[in-house]
Amino acid sequence: MVIYGVYIVSKSGGLIYHHDHNVPKLETEKTFSFPLDLKLEYENKKVVVVFGQRDGIMVGHVLMAVNGSVVTNRQLDDGRDVFDVIQSESNYPLNLKFGRPKMTTNDKIFLASMFYPLFAIASQLSPEPKSSGIEILEADTFKLHCFQTLTGVKFMVVAEPSQIGIESLLKRIYELYGDYALKNPFYSLEMPIRCELFENNLQNVLEQVEKTGISNV
Amino acid sequence: MSRQGTRLDPKKVNSELFTLTYGALVSQLMKDYENVEEVNKQLERMGYNIGIRLIEDFLARTSSGRCYDFRDTAEKIQLGFRTFLGITPSISNWNPSGDEFSLIIDNNPLTEFVELPDHCLNLKYSNILTGVIRGACEMVQMEVSSWFVQDQLKGDNVTELRIKFIKRLEDAIPAGED
Repeated sequence: MVIYGVYIVSKSGGLIYHHDHNVPKLETEKTFSFPLDLKLEYENKKVVVVFGQRDGIMVGHVLMAVNGSVVTNRQLDDGRDVFDVIQSESNYPLNLKFGRPKMTTNDKIFLASMFYPLFAIASQLSPEPKSSGIEILEADTFKLHCFQTLTGVKFMVVAEPSQIGIESLLKRIYELYGDYALKNPFYSLEMPIRCELFENNLQNVLEQVEKTGISNV
Repeated sequence: MSRQGTRLDPKKVNSELFTLTYGALVSQLMKDYENVEEVNKQLERMGYNIGIRLIEDFLARTSSGRCYDFRDTAEKIQLGFRTFLGITPSISNWNPSGDEFSLIIDNNPLTEFVELPDHCLNLKYSNILTGVIRGACEMVQMEVSSWFVQDQLKGDNVTELRIKFIKRLEDAIPAGED
């Protein structure tokens, strides 16, 4: 029973809530000798492994630290360029830390607003009239379940592909939203949800689902 | 479906507490505005703001679907009264075109201990209800208006709330449903 995340998108398409749940952290640290047998490239402000996959370091992972000093963009803490460091033999042996790139809040907002037109397009592409939008989006590593309420709010849960019964979890999250977000007099509609009660209750439900399965929600 | 644990019970409170709180609200408004018409308007506005939030609670709890007929809507509104006020008003007086009906309320919990004083005979004491209905319907893309045609507080036998369908808000219907 694994749930990776919960997202709520407002009627107008803005991300109003996101919660990462239990995403396994993948970080690998390893000491390398010259020459480096990984192919690194700088893209999207990250130093990414583009070729050469081994010891848990996968293509697509980003370089997070060099000898313990954190990499920001392509610079080390002391201002040196990462590529200068890894290309000069005198710096070796080098301890490099790689990990899966994290999604920033901005990325999430961006992706949530991408999903919005996708959902609308899906309903128009339909060969039958009166189709709903995307309800399940399946990939090999996850399944995205989307539930749109009659008022147009979308609830999304990203979970393991084998997970069944997510519909009732979505319903339950909708109830929580109705109770703890909307009944909070200081929450204004369409704005990001920052209600501790909502957060705690959602957390409880997710934990309960994880422990005892969805049927008990 | 079995529900347990952290699940919120649909909280039952004594309706008197609610009645008295509402009474305090109305009398405070009367003090603040000193103008019956203005109070009617404010009550409607507050109701609207409650309605646009309460509808989600209603939908989440009852998992009712979209209405494609105003008669469905009437039943849903009736169900709403049962859920939130614990009363079941009867539906009657349909007009021939089926876009207007009345809710007959014999025991309005809002007015249980109320007598209207002479200087506020025009006060629509339960006007908050019209706002709630308007707000809730608007969120499911229906424009309705409602008004009281009979009121027990004014000596009528029953309280009659008339509800009229104005139009579907086509622009607001979420993608995947239009």
